[in-house]
Amino acid sequence: MTKPLGKTWSDERMQRLIGNLLRWGVLLSAAVVLCGGAVYLSRYGSTRPDYAVFRGEPAELHTPAGIVNGVFHGSSRIWIQLGLLILIATPIARVAFSIFGFLLEGDLLYVGVTLLVFGVLVFSLFASH
Amino acid sequence: MNVLTMTILIFACSLVAGLLGSLTGLGGGVIIVPVLALLFGVNIRYAVGASLVSVIATSSGAAAAYVREGFSNIRIGMFLEMATTAGAVSGALLAAHISPSAIAVIFGVMLLASAYLSSRPQPELFPPTGTNRLAERLKMKGTYPVGQGQQEYEARAIPFGVGVSYLAGIMSGLLGIGGGALKVLAMDQVMRIPFKVSTATSNFMIGVTAAASAGIYLRRGYIDPALAMPVMLGVLFGSMTGSRILPGAGTRALRIIFSVVILVLAFEMIYKGVTGSL
Repeated sequence: MTKPLGKTWSDERMQRLIGNLLRWGVLLSAAVVLCGGAVYLSRYGSTRPDYAVFRGEPAELHTPAGIVNGVFHGSSRIWIQLGLLILIATPIARVAFSIFGFLLEGDLLYVGVTLLVFGVLVFSLFASH
Repeated sequence: MNVLTMTILIFACSLVAGLLGSLTGLGGGVIIVPVLALLFGVNIRYAVGASLVSVIATSSGAAAAYVREGFSNIRIGMFLEMATTAGAVSGALLAAHISPSAIAVIFGVMLLASAYLSSRPQPELFPPTGTNRLAERLKMKGTYPVGQGQQEYEARAIPFGVGVSYLAGIMSGLLGIGGGALKVLAMDQVMRIPFKVSTATSNFMIGVTAAASAGIYLRRGYIDPALAMPVMLGVLFGSMTGSRILPGAGTRALRIIFSVVILVLAFEMIYKGVTGSL
């Protein structure tokens, strides 16, 4: 009953590392979103919101490259979007990190499984239309 | 109502959604979209975009706490993520071709299904009897803390579980939810993995699933930063609080409370979708 089953030392260690990685990523993301949000609210807080009609966001907010390029001469909205991009990147980083974790354990089956998941995520963020 | 007031109100609602979503393992996104669409009159595409972002925050924010507790199973999670991410991409691509009214109706039906699933009484333990060859080969087994010792478990009916996970992915990409209800269903009902392991692993998977569709939503311009900001921050704070009290929480009572909230929102979504007033 107390015998550990299917869980090795490195498995535990890998999970702890991943958990911490995620937490720092989320905190960084929240800090960027909060800063961008504070600036946004100080500028536009008293205007009327308009989310009832769907128009789609401007093109520079659409792609990872566009967001990163726009950050230094962009509005507070683009800073929030950068924070959101960091957030979207946290699970992707987790998957990338897991590939190495499974490699270190010599678990090639799960290296393959994780590579497949990673491929889908990269396709969605960089290659989808 | 100006932007500041609306941002504060949305933040408050998101906080409660994050707390409930984390405690029940259903994800905050389950009620974010109906709340934004029904209470705040937000266009459903923006609501889904903001919800997806919040779903990632829920999952990633709580992951560290779940890992510490030793409930989540990374191999089972990763294996099923092949199906959920493929489903999420399918769902996100599908979302562009479906009208907002139809999405509202599908959302309502999905909520009803979630409420039904979470209101059913469930035994807490499924000790494995004998071994499952596929589970052994895929290492989809483990132990989790029970009282003083460790309880062993092993996945059953893996192909069926993969199918339900793909469906969970489609729902996540189409509706901007974590698909936690279906993921938990796939694991604890289909694959017979203990409930707390299923919830924790589901929470672990939700972020990856949502990231697969969030990429597509971002590229389509469905993610509005000003709207996503209070949703993400509120849900994150709520879910981090929720993950701290998971091990001591009575799952049954919480599921019933959350089911009632979901039920009300579900009928409203279906009604508004059918009458086209959304």
